[in-house]
Amino acid sequence: MNVKHHLDEATLVSYAAGSMSQAMALVVACHIAMCPKCRERVKDSEAIGGMLLEGLQPAAIKGDALDSVLAALDNEPSVNAAIAPTEIHRDRAVDARSVPAPLQDYIGGSLDTVEWRTIVPGVYYHDLPCKSERGGVSRLLRIAPGKAMLPHSHDGNELTLILQGSFSDEVGRFTAGDIADLDGDIEHQPLVDSEVDCICLIATEAPLKFSTLLGKIVQPITGF
Amino acid sequence: MDNKPPGDEVENIAMIRPTTAQDWSALLERVAEERDRSSFVQLFQHFAPRVKSYILRLGLVESTAEEIMQETMLSVWRKAHLYHRKKASASTWIFTLARNQSIDWMRKQKYPEYGLEEWHEEPDDSKDECADSVLTDRMIKAINTLPENQAQVIYMSFFEGRSHTDISDRLGVPLGSVKSRIRLASEKLKHMWRDDV
Ligand SMILES: [Zn+2]
Repeated sequence: MNVKHHLDEATLVSYAAGSMSQAMALVVACHIAMCPKCRERVKDSEAIGGMLLEGLQPAAIKGDALDSVLAALDNEPSVNAAIAPTEIHRDRAVDARSVPAPLQDYIGGSLDTVEWRTIVPGVYYHDLPCKSERGGVSRLLRIAPGKAMLPHSHDGNELTLILQGSFSDEVGRFTAGDIADLDGDIEHQPLVDSEVDCICLIATEAPLKFSTLLGKIVQPITGF
Repeated sequence: MDNKPPGDEVENIAMIRPTTAQDWSALLERVAEERDRSSFVQLFQHFAPRVKSYILRLGLVESTAEEIMQETMLSVWRKAHLYHRKKASASTWIFTLARNQSIDWMRKQKYPEYGLEEWHEEPDDSKDECADSVLTDRMIKAINTLPENQAQVIYMSFFEGRSHTDISDRLGVPLGSVKSRIRLASEKLKHMWRDDV
């Protein structure tokens, strides 16, 4: 997989800080799972957290806290010291139809078994049950070749990760693994230009803007 | 946590001081390889009060913070075999465990992780390996040099758990400005602790 579009630095920091909605964090984690470059970058962002933790004024802990934890260790299964890390398939991400690990918690291992609901012919969605205080939304969108979304912009942050197929907009061409990390400054009109349906994972920070968007978004445009 | 004024404790960042030198990573490795309790006890004594302090800052009450702290320290023991010193310092790794435990508790939903197991890529040997204490020292120097408005957004992200939009609302600055402050701060920190070897 040749990822060309990556996460914004500010997005990585927000993910590393744990200050992002569940919906947004899911998309970020999926891109990181698919992208070695951002996997490197996020470690640097998390190092900011490590440094801040190190510099914190220690809080008082219960007098018996250590004893309680040590007692709990006794109940841990006594495994051999070095547990071999689970073998992972290094080429998992190469399979275009594979589902990134964080998303598997929600939909299982295959895009083929997702239950789609139709918005208009050629445009389908599947909502993911991501909770978040601000009500951020995350959903899978499946759009047939040659269809486009209406031009839209957003007031908040919006993340779109391509899982299959491709689309092009004013920013460039997005294929599997690429992420469109946008905020209100950009207006775009993604057009699906792959031969297969384009499947993407989308999250926005605020639900209202997203439903407004979805309300008018997806106008089928035939042909290129 | 909503009644806390935004970034009110930003001055605390300036008070961050390097702690005494100790090779926490080596202790973590000993926990992983030998299930060594005395190493674990040392890690506990250093990190447990800091982890609890972090959780309290996220706005959770005392008893919950204590509980999540203990869970976090237990997961240090359970997951030590997944730790690689070339990938992260001990404090960074323990920070991510504390972050995940706290969020899981607050949301009753698992924070999407990109996967600890995916850290088992070939270690990048081109990176020099230096002791935690040296690295932490360097990073603390770096953050102390950030302009206040950049330190503030970093602080609000990590310690108050605020999203970009939330920070934008609280400070009354446009979303784009919040993001560019975070970008600037992050780039600056990364450069400083990379170059200043
Ligand atoms: Zn990337």
